[in-house]
Amino acid sequence: MQTSVSIKDLSLNFGSVKVLEHLNLDIAQGEFIVLLGPSGCGKSTLLNCIAGLLEVSDGQIFINGKNVTWKEPKDRGIGMVFQSYALYPQMTVEKNLSFGLRVAGMPKDEIKARVERAAEILQIGPLLQRKPANLSGGQRQRVAIGRALVRDVDVFLFDEPLSNLDAKLRSDLRVEIKRLHQRLKNTMIYVTHDQIEALTLADRIAIMKNGVIQQLADPHVIYNKPTNLYVAGFIGSPSMNFLSGTLQGEIFTADDGTKIPVGAYDFAAPAPGSAKAVLGVRPEHIFLGDAANAMPFKTPAEIEIVEPMGSETLAWTKVAGIPVTFRCSSDIPLAVGDKVTIGFDIARGSLFDAKSENRL
Amino acid sequence: MADAAVPAGEATGISTRPSALRKFFLHNLSAKVAAIPMVATVLIVFIGCTIWTIYYSFTNSKLLPTGKFVGLDQYERLFATSRWNVSVWNLVGYGAMSLVFTLVVGFILAILIDQKIRFESAFRTIMLYPFALSFIVTGLVWQWIMNPTLGLQGTLRNLGWTGFTFDWIANPRMVLFALLIAGLWHGTGFCMVLMLAGLRSVDDEVWKAARVDGIPTWRTYISIVLPMMRGVLVTAVVIIGSGIVRLYDLVVALTNGGPGISSEVPAKYVFNYMFSGGNIGQGLAAATMMLLTVLIIMIPWAYLEFGGKGKRI
Amino acid sequence: MSQTATMAGSPSVAHDDVVEARGPRPKPFFTPKKIMLYTALVFFSLYYLFPLYVMLTTSLKTMPEIRFGNIFALPQAPNFDAWVKAWTSACTGLNCQGLSPGFWNSVKITIPSTIVSIFIAAVNGYALVNWRFKGSEVFFAILIFGSFIPYQVMLYPLVMITRELKIFGTLQAVILIHTVFGMPILTLLFRNYFASLPQELFKAARVDGAGFWRIFFEIMLPMSLPIFVVALILQITGIWNDFLFGVVFAGTQNYPMTVQLNNIVNSAQGTPEYNVNMAATVLTGLVPLTVYFVSGKWFVRGVAAGAVKG
Repeated sequence: MQTSVSIKDLSLNFGSVKVLEHLNLDIAQGEFIVLLGPSGCGKSTLLNCIAGLLEVSDGQIFINGKNVTWKEPKDRGIGMVFQSYALYPQMTVEKNLSFGLRVAGMPKDEIKARVERAAEILQIGPLLQRKPANLSGGQRQRVAIGRALVRDVDVFLFDEPLSNLDAKLRSDLRVEIKRLHQRLKNTMIYVTHDQIEALTLADRIAIMKNGVIQQLADPHVIYNKPTNLYVAGFIGSPSMNFLSGTLQGEIFTADDGTKIPVGAYDFAAPAPGSAKAVLGVRPEHIFLGDAANAMPFKTPAEIEIVEPMGSETLAWTKVAGIPVTFRCSSDIPLAVGDKVTIGFDIARGSLFDAKSENRL
Repeated sequence: MADAAVPAGEATGISTRPSALRKFFLHNLSAKVAAIPMVATVLIVFIGCTIWTIYYSFTNSKLLPTGKFVGLDQYERLFATSRWNVSVWNLVGYGAMSLVFTLVVGFILAILIDQKIRFESAFRTIMLYPFALSFIVTGLVWQWIMNPTLGLQGTLRNLGWTGFTFDWIANPRMVLFALLIAGLWHGTGFCMVLMLAGLRSVDDEVWKAARVDGIPTWRTYISIVLPMMRGVLVTAVVIIGSGIVRLYDLVVALTNGGPGISSEVPAKYVFNYMFSGGNIGQGLAAATMMLLTVLIIMIPWAYLEFGGKGKRI
Repeated sequence: MSQTATMAGSPSVAHDDVVEARGPRPKPFFTPKKIMLYTALVFFSLYYLFPLYVMLTTSLKTMPEIRFGNIFALPQAPNFDAWVKAWTSACTGLNCQGLSPGFWNSVKITIPSTIVSIFIAAVNGYALVNWRFKGSEVFFAILIFGSFIPYQVMLYPLVMITRELKIFGTLQAVILIHTVFGMPILTLLFRNYFASLPQELFKAARVDGAGFWRIFFEIMLPMSLPIFVVALILQITGIWNDFLFGVVFAGTQNYPMTVQLNNIVNSAQGTPEYNVNMAATVLTGLVPLTVYFVSGKWFVRGVAAGAVKG
């Protein structure tokens, strides 16, 4: 598979602050990769480095095999979409789309062809003569994408494009971006702090923390086999339940003494002798009542809080003395104080070394 | 809200039903009392004095404003006086040049300073300090610099450049340019500060987008940034414009209207006739003409900004 | 070292870069763009600095030096004689007391005018925002509109009014005039400022039972320090630098420094003493310049704030 974008040993310092350190990343042709993380983790910085808007302190960037580390953004074969759309306010949509091409001296008919194609793909044809002030947020974002489209490039960069939109628009446009990717099949690098966008859009996700990529994998792997405590806690809403305790051989002993056999767990390396560990289970992998009885591990629990969410119910209880949430169908009547049995299969959970925080 | 603001000291007949008029005066009394200076200023000064001036410009008052009504006499006299006509043309010429150059130089300076240079605040300080000085100071120092024998011309000639001429201040045809140099020195720094604020209000991401699009910096300034600065430009034009009409101190200090009457301006004409020419009627007529000019410019602008679509800045 | 991402059959980077690009792009310190930029800036700076240089150097020279005719030259033996003369004995055409009476007059004019004009405008702004009454906005609009009217239009009737009030030719007249004409811009300033403060504070105070003046003095004023500084700078510089009002209303005894200065330079008899003239000019500009340098970025803010009309 061809590499579209390749980042080698990238480092970026702002003064003495190391924002990115020795980053390596290979992105395949046509891949949709999402850089995910909270603010300040370096994802936007990385994107700006790829774009050429920020100068790197060390390392190299290759796009389509060419070393673009010293090249201006316009020569890198990229198009970029910004969080605030950044449309040229005093120009019509059509002028916004064609301005860069006109400056580059492209012949008029080719400009026209490209603008029309972009308008067709993004369905902004009727908006061509309007100014940005007369467009809705969603329309503006589509024009912003269009501006990148007309450049006829291989790589698209998205810098949190949906963060300025309200929730409904966000989900609508999310689908459109996915459709766009299916149609165009370009390489897309997408930055966001929203895990839903990441999970739904990405071919692969790179979760970042403090300038370092924590895990680079497809959404399924990231969701089910997070590589460390941070990733496990970041992905998934409501977040994963964590129980701390000690792991000895194939028995996990929670801090309050509850013993959970973990033989069925898929250890990466042979089970360690004895170590402090954290056991993680997602709320949707904890089952109630009859389903719980089928689970390898079950325990009685008392319901403390019930949160009806409409499509399902979220319940809070305690396992081994630690607050734990689990999901169940909203058809099942649950009340505070109910004594129920809950259970889970450790094969679907995660075990982490308490000290290194890595997956065992 | 209720009349909670009525101060305790108000001994009003609260037991009897207050009349509507009294109610109007008592409600929000403190605010009204506090606003008396503003109301007085508006009524007496801005409205009253202006109307007075306009009215008496139609009389033939000389030393005292007691003359009788003579219709447009004063105005006919005005436009037959060469000194007035020269004043008006001078102001038009100076005004046009000053407006254009102040805006252009201010914009250029703002762009230069916007380029992430070192010593930015030093440069800004240097360009803005003349604005802190009085027009009198400005006029006098430039008068000295432009002194033909001992100023710039004399110095350069003494240093060997014998053909150098810079006697604009004494040359009736060039004296307006002398005024311009001094005026620009005073005012461009301020315009630059305004423009810089406008430039800096442009969203960073627009710059990034232009860079990704491959648009060169100069083109970005002209095609993208400048159109975004309409508000700042309007403000700058209004301020520069209102300063131009009032041009007085600078002329008094630099040339006192000379040589001859070649650098006379309307404000000076008004002043001279009103207070030392013994012809109040003329002075008032000239002042009214100044008012008219301002109105002619102001009203369309006000309509554009506040009327029309009913939007407010 | 680095390896280009080799794709089957495609050549490596060679024709694009001579050196394998890595890290920050090497930038020569002197690019043509930078040279032009700084040259332009220095060139403009010279334009702005030259008069200051001339003012200072000329005032420190002796007359024979000046007559030598080199305005660029530094003073050979800098001395403050001209300054002393300008301050104490320069002739204004009426008397030969130098600038010092003018200085004190300016002080006597500026301080009260500043205080009164700012206070009234602050109260105006406060009333307009929080205690609107019928017609208040109309008056404000006329106030602002009126600020565009050239002073000359209202000058003569104002002279008559101040004569009637028996204050014409006194300090009170000038102070009154400055207050009146400072009102529009300052009121606008305070109004915009108070409008930007959260309304909840005011409402809470009213619920607590406080009245107009109490809220003003105990709540609004303490929160208004930034805008007061701006107003202060605006007024001190504006009033100190004024010429027209001083020459019309103050009376010959009370001429401010600017008027004295102009008289010293432009109505002197005999041969002009250029060093004294320049010294006088420097002295007159000293106060506003000091305000400018001390206030730094506040001045810029004040100037820009003064520029926000309508």
